[in-house]
Amino acid sequence: MSNIHKDYLGSKFGMWLFLFTEILLFGGLFILYSIYLHKYPTEFHLAGKELNVYFGGGNTVALVTSSLFMAMSISAIQKDDKKLAITFLSITLALAFVFLTNKYFEWGAKFHHGIYPDSPALLERPKGEIIFFGLYFVMTGLHGIHVIIGAIIIIYTLFMLKYEKVNKDDFVLLENAGLYWHLVDLIWIYLFPLFYLIL
Amino acid sequence: MSTESKHIVSYKTFIIVWALLLFLTAVTVWVAQINLGFLNVVAALAVATTKACIVILFFMHLKYENKLFKISVFMTFLVLALFIGFTFFDVAYR
Amino acid sequence: MDKNSEVIPFLNDNKYPGIFGWIFSTDHKKIGLLYMYSTLILFIIGVIIGLLIRIELIAPGKTIVDPQTYNAFFTVHGVIMIFLFVIPSIPAAFGNLFLPIQIGAEDVAFPKLNLFSWWLYIIGLILILFSLFTGKGAPDTGWTFYVPFSEFTTTNVSVAVIGVFILGFSSILTGLNFITTVHRLRMPEMKWMKMPLFVWALYATAWIQVLATPILGITVLLIFVERMFGIGLFDPAKGGDPILYQHLFWIYSHPAVYIMVVPAMGVITEIIPVFARKHIFGYKAIAFSSLAIAFAGSLVWAHHMYTSGMSDTAVIIFSFLTFIVAIPTAIKVFNWVATLYKGSIIVEPPLLFALSFIFLFSIGGLTGLILGAAGTDIHVHDTYFVVGHFHYTIFGGTGFGFFGAMHYWFPKIYGRMYNKRIATIAWALLFIGFNILYFPMLVIGMMGMPRRYYDYLPQYHTGHIISTVGSWILAVGLIIMFYNLFKSIKHGEKVGKNPWEAATLEWTTPSPPPTLNFVSEPKLTRGPYDYKGVEEDEQYS
Repeated sequence: MSNIHKDYLGSKFGMWLFLFTEILLFGGLFILYSIYLHKYPTEFHLAGKELNVYFGGGNTVALVTSSLFMAMSISAIQKDDKKLAITFLSITLALAFVFLTNKYFEWGAKFHHGIYPDSPALLERPKGEIIFFGLYFVMTGLHGIHVIIGAIIIIYTLFMLKYEKVNKDDFVLLENAGLYWHLVDLIWIYLFPLFYLIL
Repeated sequence: MSTESKHIVSYKTFIIVWALLLFLTAVTVWVAQINLGFLNVVAALAVATTKACIVILFFMHLKYENKLFKISVFMTFLVLALFIGFTFFDVAYR
Repeated sequence: MDKNSEVIPFLNDNKYPGIFGWIFSTDHKKIGLLYMYSTLILFIIGVIIGLLIRIELIAPGKTIVDPQTYNAFFTVHGVIMIFLFVIPSIPAAFGNLFLPIQIGAEDVAFPKLNLFSWWLYIIGLILILFSLFTGKGAPDTGWTFYVPFSEFTTTNVSVAVIGVFILGFSSILTGLNFITTVHRLRMPEMKWMKMPLFVWALYATAWIQVLATPILGITVLLIFVERMFGIGLFDPAKGGDPILYQHLFWIYSHPAVYIMVVPAMGVITEIIPVFARKHIFGYKAIAFSSLAIAFAGSLVWAHHMYTSGMSDTAVIIFSFLTFIVAIPTAIKVFNWVATLYKGSIIVEPPLLFALSFIFLFSIGGLTGLILGAAGTDIHVHDTYFVVGHFHYTIFGGTGFGFFGAMHYWFPKIYGRMYNKRIATIAWALLFIGFNILYFPMLVIGMMGMPRRYYDYLPQYHTGHIISTVGSWILAVGLIIMFYNLFKSIKHGEKVGKNPWEAATLEWTTPSPPPTLNFVSEPKLTRGPYDYKGVEEDEQYS
């Protein structure tokens, strides 16, 4: 009867279930994206060319690399190397900020050119492009919010690591933080080609 | 309830996975430069899905989890695919 | 909540004084009761608004309120009843109370998340109530929040949709908790095919909660974003497609119907064999039909949209798929009836509610086929036929299932029995009032009375009068039922651990159960519907 006290597999499964809800939350937007791509292929193509592939590509590299360090920090704590785990996790956090800074400049440039939701310059464009940029702001915006939440979770986990609440025998918090962070990466893996590379 | 998998993945595996992901990113950027028409979307999504599978299997440890995790992850993506696909019964035939 | 300050084990085991012992408790039974009380309060508010709607409609033209208030009435009635009562009702109240006990666990997998889920419910509730009295008036869009109206109406839709978003989150956490609990916390002997069917129903429901609710989340979030930033994803002037809103909305809201009704079916499946003193007929068929309803029910959403202007191909395909859902539903009804066949039936209030569930839900289901068939739907779409159908399934189904659950588990929760004679009278009034209230709706709907209208032509007058009178009978029945139950919490006759001589595990523990559910480690000596010798079984008496 005492199996509820520390059910390692159970909490990981709960985290996965939560990730499913995140996948379907974005899923609703992917439904819209796929339909509008079907409806406005040429407009999406033209509008997509205006997004800077270096910003997008740079952010892809940043996120993939941050995922690598996140995964390695779990291996490190499993090997009881607290210091290395903290270092790896800090690198992940730093890369999260790189991503956000990058995003800030990217959005800033768009705003500077008068492209933001409901802007006069945007409304003069063909309808498909209005939708493309609408989806761009909503989807990358929601993703950005998830990056921020992920960063907050990582900071919390770092403290828990420091005070050894997360340790070799009990690292499910780190593992769940990792799962969340990889999900953020996973979503971006789809957003990148859909917005920056679409032809 | 002690079926806990404490599988430690080596740094080397992760670095190989990471290199593979970067390589696939390069591939998808490269493919996008060639004009294949509709196939561009297919190619981009194929590469993205491959990358997603790698992230899920290795970074997210799904490869080392039990059947319950694998089935439910599969079901989730299946349900999302069905939602998208069934909506096309409407928009594709309007 | 001080009405529970009885000398009762889990009700009395307070870590903090007074009300804090409740709202900070992570005991699944207390959270279940919190949900039960809060959803019932909202139910009563919803009923009052419903009665006001009926009074307004007793005669054509203005009766008691102006048209704008009337629009707010049916919107708020819908939002409260759907999101604040029906969806959380059975899973969050009775699921929390009995799912862990029925599988022999001490609590759910994540007790703190469970409490958090109730808090989110309260926050969502406050936001929705806040939206009624602030800004430029209560939402007037209908509970469906259809675009483009919801994007442009000046009423306080933005706050209400954020409330709905948070309620969705609360529902997700309940589902997440139940799935993990069923997978991880069953007692070792409790194999999948030995679980009570109520647990199966909750398990299937929980998957819909986890996989479909996020779609509602993003949908209402998009309304909020559209209202704030005018992105235009559903605005034809900016290239958007309003029908896509309906797709997204119903991708959640159709499966939500099964979030509402599958747990009620689970309750009925528990009640019927107990009072027929017979093993449930077709255990596996019922268990898998829950999963089949959950899965198939998730893929039929567009049958709400036949007249929206979507493609004919989609109309045909979704019409076909809709008929598939009728199969697992019919399997259940067949199995309940087959369980009753040649049983030694004891007529008690819970059974009466269960039987009326079958009757009312069958009418709801069969009228659903008329709506699901594309041809006939065109005729009755957006008429009172839909309103009648909907209330037969959800009120006649989930509502009566909820009342049945209250009467079935009442002695377990409070350790006392209500007055069965008064309960039977209340049931009769409810059943009669219900049919007088909703059956005329099916008729005037067929005649062409559109739903949500403030005014109507004289030919519908008779139907509306009958319906309104029915609503009063129903209200009297509700008052008697709640009075009887409420009074019996303190003054009912004390009962032992197993007054119904049922065989699921919650009847092996004292009534009311102690904090950790069982006095000693429970033993699985019999199947959940194995009644032979249960009255002599030491564990059960």
